[in-house]
Amino acid sequence: MNAIDKSFGSVTALSAAHLEIMPAEVMALVGQNGAGKSTMIKILNGAFRLDRGSIQFDGKPWAAGSPQQAQRAGVSTIFQEINLIAYRTVAENIYLGRELKRFAGLLDWEKMNQGARALLARFSIELDVTKPLGDFSTAIQQMVAIARAVSFDAKLVIMDEPTSSLDEAEVAVLLNTVRQLKSEGVAVVFVSHKLDELYAVCDRVTVMRDGRTVAVSKMADMSKLQLVAAMLGRDLADVRASGATAFGEGEKAIGEELLIAKSVAVGRRVSDASFDVRKGEIVGLAGLLGSGRTETARAIFAADPKSKGEVRFDGKATNFKSPADAIAAGLGYCSEDRKVQGIIPDMSVADNLTLALLPTLTKMGMIDEAQQRKIVLRFIKDVGIKCSGPGQKIRELSGGNQQKVLLARWLCMDPKLLILDEPTRGIDVGAKGEIQSLIQQFADKGLGVLMISSELEEIVEGADRVFVLRDGQVVAELEHSEISEQAVMRAMAHGASKDTEFIEVQHG
Amino acid sequence: MVDYSPLLRRYGVFLAVVLLILFNLAVTPHFATMQTLSVNLTQVCTIVIVGVGMTLVIATGGIDLSVGALMAIAGAMSPMFFTGELFPVPNIYLGIALGIVFPIIIASFFGLFNGWLINRFSIQPIIATLVLFIAGRGIAQVSTNGDLQVFKVPEFQAIAIGRVLGVPFQVWIMVVVVIIAAFVLRRTVFGRQVLAVGGNEEAARLSGVPVKRVKLIVYAVSGFCSGIAGLIVIAMNSAADANLIGLGMELDAIAAVAVGGTLLTGGRATILGTLLGALIIQLVRYTLLANGVPDAAALVVKAGLIILAVWLQRQEHA
Repeated sequence: MNAIDKSFGSVTALSAAHLEIMPAEVMALVGQNGAGKSTMIKILNGAFRLDRGSIQFDGKPWAAGSPQQAQRAGVSTIFQEINLIAYRTVAENIYLGRELKRFAGLLDWEKMNQGARALLARFSIELDVTKPLGDFSTAIQQMVAIARAVSFDAKLVIMDEPTSSLDEAEVAVLLNTVRQLKSEGVAVVFVSHKLDELYAVCDRVTVMRDGRTVAVSKMADMSKLQLVAAMLGRDLADVRASGATAFGEGEKAIGEELLIAKSVAVGRRVSDASFDVRKGEIVGLAGLLGSGRTETARAIFAADPKSKGEVRFDGKATNFKSPADAIAAGLGYCSEDRKVQGIIPDMSVADNLTLALLPTLTKMGMIDEAQQRKIVLRFIKDVGIKCSGPGQKIRELSGGNQQKVLLARWLCMDPKLLILDEPTRGIDVGAKGEIQSLIQQFADKGLGVLMISSELEEIVEGADRVFVLRDGQVVAELEHSEISEQAVMRAMAHGASKDTEFIEVQHG
Repeated sequence: MVDYSPLLRRYGVFLAVVLLILFNLAVTPHFATMQTLSVNLTQVCTIVIVGVGMTLVIATGGIDLSVGALMAIAGAMSPMFFTGELFPVPNIYLGIALGIVFPIIIASFFGLFNGWLINRFSIQPIIATLVLFIAGRGIAQVSTNGDLQVFKVPEFQAIAIGRVLGVPFQVWIMVVVVIIAAFVLRRTVFGRQVLAVGGNEEAARLSGVPVKRVKLIVYAVSGFCSGIAGLIVIAMNSAADANLIGLGMELDAIAAVAVGGTLLTGGRATILGTLLGALIIQLVRYTLLANGVPDAAALVVKAGLIILAVWLQRQEHA
């Protein structure tokens, strides 16, 4: 694929991106959210059309009009969610859309079952192909999807985060399958956020960022740290000047322990997260996409049940059953996705702002509207929300102002601890700075803050301490003076906490 | 040029009622009489009462298909208390009191059951309430052996046909239900929480709104309203027929809610709108009938109104 451009409306998704894969090669495709990996894949498999650029496949120009066409021509895609039919048998799924028939259009079950068995045997998988696919584990289902892809005589198989819902043993099986494909001469594009897997199976890596291909390298020639730096757009030699964010440097009084999380586990995504937050402290929770940051935060807030671990809050062991319990204890949680989990679009700024507070603003069951108005006006002023008035619908506000309303929703509760999940994602630079200094301001007054952010500088400059998550485990705790972009990246990449790699990179 | 469309959307329903009345005053003979008013109001009473409960349910993003069946349960059960069929009634007023209170409580409980199904098993409301839509009428029929129960108890029938200040008593019931519900929706924390759940359930949950409790309550209220409506129907007919009470009511109520301007996807609701929506449907039908257009044609017009209402909602989101 060469010089690929693609825009959606006015949004440019890809600009002059390229991707090259050799036969029998496993190519890692990595990048942060919005880097353009998915768009690239969807252009390759015919789901999207490219605006500009060219694609060659097997020496010929490539123009698949649909995923089906691409599949027939030798390019199969396996998505994160399995696109097969859980209620039909394994064999049926493998032959879906090209069933073997006998005369008069009757299905030739015997032959299909045999064929399916033979196909799976190639991957050393033995199972009852006449059982519904849904009876098997996700890993097996994924394997069946891969077998199906291969049975189309695929020359190139694209795997989009195939391991995100698998456990360790299942991942091992999948990686074996990838190696098997490679030995049969099939090329594989492997998209994953888990660095260990990439290093385990991939020959080369293509790094994308902001719609461009920013690095192509042999996997062995690129250290994990270099890889992370390329994904995040950091030059390792470059020592950054501080001041890009609105977080101040001021010394402040950090109080006693507020939140202590011990070995928290959530489903398959988080296996061991331990960290703590003290009063008046901003604690950063860093990690790559898929490292379990949001899942950890949601578990602390009881938005999702945690499967293991202990949480102590304000000196007491807690066992919140629902967000309402957590809120009553003095927690607040600003979710990552403002639209889906934050605002109630049809409600006014006032109602959105006081949504959590409202039950306390009543006079004989009725809302004390005078009181509500007073609080709303105060926060509109304090937080600097630009709106025509408390009655304006929140959906009419800009992203930054919506975010400020959501912040105010918690600040007006006077919480002890506020969990902020990507507090400045998708909002303009001005509002971003305002929100950052607001967070600082409240922390100075004693609020504990647990801040998740994908932006390194926000973490590095904003946080008093940083915990780094990697594949669902907290692998490093960085204190004030140790916090630097390099240190955080190093922990994301290796989980190692001390300085060995740092020196190595300085030399390289 | 001034853009009138937001105004039109906001007051369109009200405007439509006014236009319909003006049109009738000009065209339909004997329109401006107490008689006409009574006829029209008694026709919409039950729809409005059920529609109020439905509005709350729809405001949370749900729907309640079981309202007609719950009316049948309440309606079929009530006569057993005051006709002395179940046990001899020492005092007719006690019998009537039981015959009013018990069926309404039972209907509310069935509504609670709807909410429980939805919460406990995360079933879509349309499926969960379909259970009682089907089974509810069966329950009503079994409890009366499918017989028509005819009665003549004027003290009971007063709730439908008795008059206070010249206005049928059931209209007063309707007015009270509408006022209470409008007040609750607009001025109480519960009202905001109903709208918050419908507007963005996940956001509401993360803000500590007791989403499940809110849902339980709205379905119970819907059952409660259905119970009242069921009693009014049998009081009007002086007979209870489990096969017919509230038949098709779910659709009339949903239509009134939709025409009234409540967002069918939840998050925005107007009780007054539902009242006006029911009035529009009734007035259109009355206008057509009074001017010699057959009832069958009126049904088509009703469908047209619903399409128009939904289209107006779409416009707003475009």
